Amino acid sequence: MQILNPLLNWIDARFPLTTLWNEHLAKYYAPKNFNFWYYFGSLALFVLANQIITGIWLTMSYTPNAEGAFDSIEYIMREVPWGWLLRYLHSTGASFFFIVIYLHMFRGVLYGSYKKPRELIWLVGMLIFLCLMAEAFFGYLLPWGNMSFWGAQVITSLFGAIPFVGDALVEWIRGDYNVTGITLNRFFALHVIAVPLIFVGLVIAHIMALHEVGSNNPDGIEIKAMKDEQGIPLDGIPFHPYYTVKDLMGLAAFLILFCAVIFFIPDMGGLFLEHPNFSPADPLKTPPHIAPAWYMTPYYAILRAIPNKLAGVLALALSIAVWFFLPWLDRSPVKSIRYRGWLYKTALFVFVISFLLLGYLGLSPTSPALVLITRIAATLYFLFFLLMPIYTTLDKVKPVPTRVSGS
Amino acid sequence: MKKEKGMLVWICACFVLMVCDFPFAYANEEEVSLDKANIDLTDKASLQRGARLFMDVCSGCHSLKYIRYSTMAKDIGITNAKGGVLDEVVKADLMFVGDKITDPIISAMTKEEGVAWFGTAPPDLSLEARLRGTDWIYTYLRSFYLDPKKQWGVNNTIFPDVAMPDVLYNMQQQLLKEPGGQAKFDNAIRDLTNFLTYVAEPIKLVREHIGIWVMLFLGIFFIFAWLLKREYWKGVHSAREDE
Repeated sequence: MQILNPLLNWIDARFPLTTLWNEHLAKYYAPKNFNFWYYFGSLALFVLANQIITGIWLTMSYTPNAEGAFDSIEYIMREVPWGWLLRYLHSTGASFFFIVIYLHMFRGVLYGSYKKPRELIWLVGMLIFLCLMAEAFFGYLLPWGNMSFWGAQVITSLFGAIPFVGDALVEWIRGDYNVTGITLNRFFALHVIAVPLIFVGLVIAHIMALHEVGSNNPDGIEIKAMKDEQGIPLDGIPFHPYYTVKDLMGLAAFLILFCAVIFFIPDMGGLFLEHPNFSPADPLKTPPHIAPAWYMTPYYAILRAIPNKLAGVLALALSIAVWFFLPWLDRSPVKSIRYRGWLYKTALFVFVISFLLLGYLGLSPTSPALVLITRIAATLYFLFFLLMPIYTTLDKVKPVPTRVSGS
Repeated sequence: MKKEKGMLVWICACFVLMVCDFPFAYANEEEVSLDKANIDLTDKASLQRGARLFMDVCSGCHSLKYIRYSTMAKDIGITNAKGGVLDEVVKADLMFVGDKITDPIISAMTKEEGVAWFGTAPPDLSLEARLRGTDWIYTYLRSFYLDPKKQWGVNNTIFPDVAMPDVLYNMQQQLLKEPGGQAKFDNAIRDLTNFLTYVAEPIKLVREHIGIWVMLFLGIFFIFAWLLKREYWKGVHSAREDE
């Protein structure tokens, strides 16, 4: 290491390498009471890297046009050495990205991580979530299977509900009167360049904002309020090595689940790779039941629950947009669920149930009875947000200690 | 803390539910109950019988365009002791169209001929087992019944008004004359289903084989990662108060 010191000095004189290392890892003090829910940030980063790397290699063998796309996927699956692994890593990675991000967001809700002073972390995070949905939607068309085609057909047609400009807008998005090879081409461009660029930029902004204010924790206590003589938070420990080794352990556990799916059940019984997508896109053959990928179904269920198309599309947009307002809807003086009262806990419980229910309902073919259940679940979904200023104000909170638990 | 552990259990439960086969897995066939095919992808004799039946009966109309004769022969065990493909055997017994053993399995029937003769072109069956499912194929091929109203005099209970004739009718009638004929017919269909399931994902057995080693490695990796974490975290919960 002695030999390397002059090199490090040489670099540090020209680039803030040591400063960056210290600011974000070795001297970034994180609360020492992180629990299970705190693995998903670093796991999201890992899955992002997985998607980018496998994506680059898939691009090398993929043909982005209507004539060759479906065939090239099978070419990757059968002829390209280890192509099947790259493809399953990417397709399973897409689903796991949503699992990880949903758990990561839920962590934020559990412990009030979106509240002051972390509003911007939350907002940037929501933008990342939008990027993730866009990325997944564009990528979903690329295999050019029949579900890819009809999914894109249905989702792009939603923009047609917008008054006056709707039809022109749909045509502009598709680049054609229908979803065609032209649509496939532009979705490819958006999927491999445009969205990932924005995505990575936002992730960097997300981490910078986090490291500026410092991490929240399961107690929702600001550890910077209690510092020792050196200005180090009493309840803080350096991210490296403590959380790098802990996250490594989390990554190992995650990889066991991730690889179990990849190697033993990569289509997840039709959930991660849908069965109709094993036949090529056919504009004349509508699949008996068109459903978006599982991670979009809660919002899709909300769309379907409303008989008016424009109102449905607005509700769909609102169901995602409402997340942006969370920091200002929550009026509670405490952050963590540990010190909140039964009102908030009940509201959150009902919300989680309705969200999962919506997800399930969005996957299944609908019936009048199910429509009624969907409407009730959708109402509860929105009430969680709309009534939040009221029930968080009324809620009886417990006193928050000054030091994190386990101290 | 207790509540958070409870939530962890919920998440694991949801994950297990996801792994289980969902009722909507094959949404288009949810109304019918399917017979279990009980295939065995490691049974090479069954795969070879299935390949033979496919080439004799199905390949006149249906292609398997995503697989080559040579790949198929290697995977289902038409090989010598060293693992080399027995080209002559494949050419004599399984290859009725095409001239190179590395050619994909393409039917001699063109799309136009298919449309003219059946009203619709017979689909490529490379991915049929992933599109409709193994049990569906097994049930479908055993669900033809006589229906004088139809063009070919037959119809199908799980695929009503299908354009395909019952190409296995003669074989079935012949077998039914023998004792245990139905079981023999079912076994022949099981072989064919087995073969089509192999064709839909030729890498499946390799994937699962590698998967076991990956799991073993990750299990050991997890133990070491956990030990490393434990070593670093020794005394973290009390260390800073002592200062």
